[in-house]
Amino acid sequence: MSDLLTIAGKTYSSRLLIGTGKYKDFDETRDAIETSGAEIVTVAIRRTNIGQNADEPNLLDYITPDKYTILPNTAGCYTAEEAVRCCKLARELLDGHDLVKLEVLGDQKTLYPNIIHTVQAAKELIDDGFKVMVYTNDDPIVAKELEDMGCVAVMPLGSLIGSGLGILNPHNIRLIMEEANIPIIVDAGVGTASDAAIAMEMGCDGVLLNSAVAHARKPVLMASAMKKAIEAGRESFLAGRMPRKAYASASSPLDGLSR
Amino acid sequence: MKLTVNGDTLTLTGTTIADLVTQLELTGRRLAVEVNREIIPKSQHGEFTLNEGDVVEIVHAIGGG
Repeated sequence: MSDLLTIAGKTYSSRLLIGTGKYKDFDETRDAIETSGAEIVTVAIRRTNIGQNADEPNLLDYITPDKYTILPNTAGCYTAEEAVRCCKLARELLDGHDLVKLEVLGDQKTLYPNIIHTVQAAKELIDDGFKVMVYTNDDPIVAKELEDMGCVAVMPLGSLIGSGLGILNPHNIRLIMEEANIPIIVDAGVGTASDAAIAMEMGCDGVLLNSAVAHARKPVLMASAMKKAIEAGRESFLAGRMPRKAYASASSPLDGLSR
Repeated sequence: MKLTVNGDTLTLTGTTIADLVTQLELTGRRLAVEVNREIIPKSQHGEFTLNEGDVVEIVHAIGGG
């Protein structure tokens, strides 16, 4: 069955997007990401360590741009200006690659998105030719505005970044999906495989996660679990769940029972 | 000449961005370079001349979510 995710005109067979942060080392990063089956992989942009040994390993030697769609993020940016600057550096770093994950944060306690700065940065980036996948809150009005501006995917949080609390307001995520014509990807909050499956069963187009795999006791095994959860959730959504009923309904025929 | 590179003062023995990259033993690495907040494309690193007091940022990709 062909069931592809299309983002900015490019198709992907995996609906799991995965981060590269918080792993023990680059070997574990590579193993977990390979196992997850993810094709879109997020990275952060930071100052190069000056004076470090020259053979210090480089993330992009393990997660290579010829194999994966690298999605640079703007994590750590608290203003539109910082986020736009970060995206421009990422584009230069990745030889003109213009797909970015925009996140402009509000404060360190919650890492909640600052929507005013997010909207401002999204506008500047889109005007500059970037394809913007935008991290946002679960407000359906904001999500629609971001779509109308020209973002290529809207990525509402399930719960706070790194919290692992799952999808706290599925009703809002559903409201966002009802109005959307671009991919809606739950980004942040997934703690375990069932959380990812729930997002996909609701009809989300994909899930972006990092900590749930990197902070699992066995990250590579959790990467495998996430791959299956995303696939199971997607198939369950496409299959269409049975209606919920308040009372029992026997699965075996009632007629013909020996008496 | 003295430069500020990623927040630290550094004395460059050459003149260009390529010289700086070589001095820092970063040759061949995937980097992006800003001089005084302006991105200088890789293709220009060989000829772009730095000046005393320039503020240089050199960034790369690291793990993130």
